[in-house]
Amino acid sequence: MRTDLTVNGQSRTIEADPRTTLLDALRHHLKLTGTKKGCDHGQCGACTVIAGGRRINSCLSLACMHDGDEVVTIEGLGTPETLSALQEAFVRHDGFQCGFCTPGQICSATAMLEELQAGWPSHVTADVASAPALTVEEVSERMSGNLCRCSAYPNIVDAIMEIAGRGRA
Amino acid sequence: MRPFEFTRAESAADAMRLAGDGATIIAGGTNLLDLMKLEVMAPQALVDINRLDLGDIDEAEGGGLRIGALVRNSDLAADRRVRDAYPMLAEALLAGASGQLRNKATTGGNLLQRTRCYYYYDTAMPCNKREPGSGCQAIGGITRLHALFGASEHCIATHPSDMAVALRALDARVEIQSQDGVTRMLPLGDFYRLPGDTPHIETVLVPGDLITAVLLPAPAGARQTYRKVRDRASYAFALVSVAGVLDVEDGRIVRPALAFGGVGHMPWRNPEVEALLEGEAPSVDLFAEAAARLVAEAEPQGGNAFKIPLLRRTLQAVLRELTEA
Ligand SMILES: Cc1cc2nc3c(=O)[nH]c(=O)nc-3n(C[C@H](O)[C@H](O)[C@H](O)COP(=O)(O)OP(=O)(O)OC[C@H]3O[C@@H](n4cnc5c(N)ncnc54)[C@H](O)[C@@H]3O)c2cc1C
Ligand code: SF4
Ligand code: FES
Ligand code: FES
Repeated sequence: MRTDLTVNGQSRTIEADPRTTLLDALRHHLKLTGTKKGCDHGQCGACTVIAGGRRINSCLSLACMHDGDEVVTIEGLGTPETLSALQEAFVRHDGFQCGFCTPGQICSATAMLEELQAGWPSHVTADVASAPALTVEEVSERMSGNLCRCSAYPNIVDAIMEIAGRGRA
Repeated sequence: MRPFEFTRAESAADAMRLAGDGATIIAGGTNLLDLMKLEVMAPQALVDINRLDLGDIDEAEGGGLRIGALVRNSDLAADRRVRDAYPMLAEALLAGASGQLRNKATTGGNLLQRTRCYYYYDTAMPCNKREPGSGCQAIGGITRLHALFGASEHCIATHPSDMAVALRALDARVEIQSQDGVTRMLPLGDFYRLPGDTPHIETVLVPGDLITAVLLPAPAGARQTYRKVRDRASYAFALVSVAGVLDVEDGRIVRPALAFGGVGHMPWRNPEVEALLEGEAPSVDLFAEAAARLVAEAEPQGGNAFKIPLLRRTLQAVLRELTEA
């Protein structure tokens, strides 16, 4: 089955069995191995990519359902020479140990900050009708879909808080 | 995953025809693909409905909202009208899954997500829901997640949705289009079925039916809340949850509506509990009486007996919260 999509700004074509997930298409067909497979069941966030401007779990989506979509992976956010602001902050704050969850964390955080900017409430927003504040609690809740086996959470939150425009309270 | 034929529906008629011929509808895919990977579900054909025009939230007659079946859980929770007039719905959505999953999960798919019963997920185990007639391994097994109300000797599973619990308390109706062109509107209590001796049939939908929307009536009360109790603070299913809406007029509770999650094969409601509260002055004793009435008919299964005090206390906490000045 043929799927045409844009990945990191480039037009790509995938010819694959319809069973192929977006995650496997990225890793195996397009050789973009930055996106990781942790659980393959939506439970860890390692496979997070940004599709149509939204963060999603690429393991729970079929590649053929993304025909015409724009997908951004960690490779599209920055390169070793030109890190994105969040990538750079993760390095500076030691936001990882083994690094396996990191591409998913950074893709997730990149899109999460836009959700916060757009005023989306979260489970910890005291009044869902009001605009959310930028707090450690808000960032942690919004990032709960990204697990880190190495438990680098405090430093991950520090890195995100810095980029979100304020130091840790 | 078993092989399947994949078709993208270009129209609702297209989707209903293919579904009527045996294809399984795929929306966000976050539940279906999970189950297909485990081969708990093995459809021979999928029909992708994502390009259908079902993604809007519109104002409905009488001051309510019509939520398209393809509205994503994240968009629904962020909608200004929902946040202002149906805050418990936003709260329930935001208490479910993760940011990534909510960006994919749809209103229709969320209603139809399958149980998280461990035995349903384990294809090595008998399960009447997965394989009708094979038996229920949960009964007498590990029942931490299982139902207190409405279970049968064939299945004691719970419905895992948070959104559906809020919708049940809000008296929402599901809009269903069928192949013969008829549109039905069903309250959640009539849409879902109890397990009985056919636990594999969870709703009144028949092949070829398409959920097109969920209709919310004008908000019943200003005081609303959704409280979810779970094993960890985020990204976990409910052990029990309570969705509550009411008003207080002249020091009396009016029009209370309460729905309970994690305790039944469908989001649970008990009219007797609501009747007991109607017109009464809020008090600790009244709340205790309501909670006792609710759990009076609970049938614990062993490992889920802890849900009885948990549910009782959660309801009391919700009633206190809703009636505080
Ligand atoms: C790790 C994880 C954690 C989760 N935690 C929670 C949680 O805490 N609380 C919670 O409530 N949920 C939770 N979920 C479940 C999630 O909410 C559901 O997977 C999601 O809502 C399903 O929506 P979907 O659009 O992806 O459905 P799909 O997977 O696309 O479809 C589900 C079912 O609905 C049918 N269907 C879909 N749309 C229609 C339609 N319009 N008409 C007819 N049939 C249709 C499909 O055929 C399928 O059988 C979690 C899921 C995961 C993976
Ligand atoms: S409780 Fe229901 S879903 Fe679980 S094993 Fe028994 S029949 Fe299957
Ligand atoms: S690999 Fe997708 S969520 Fe774990
Ligand atoms: S850095 Fe190792 S899993 Fe997060």
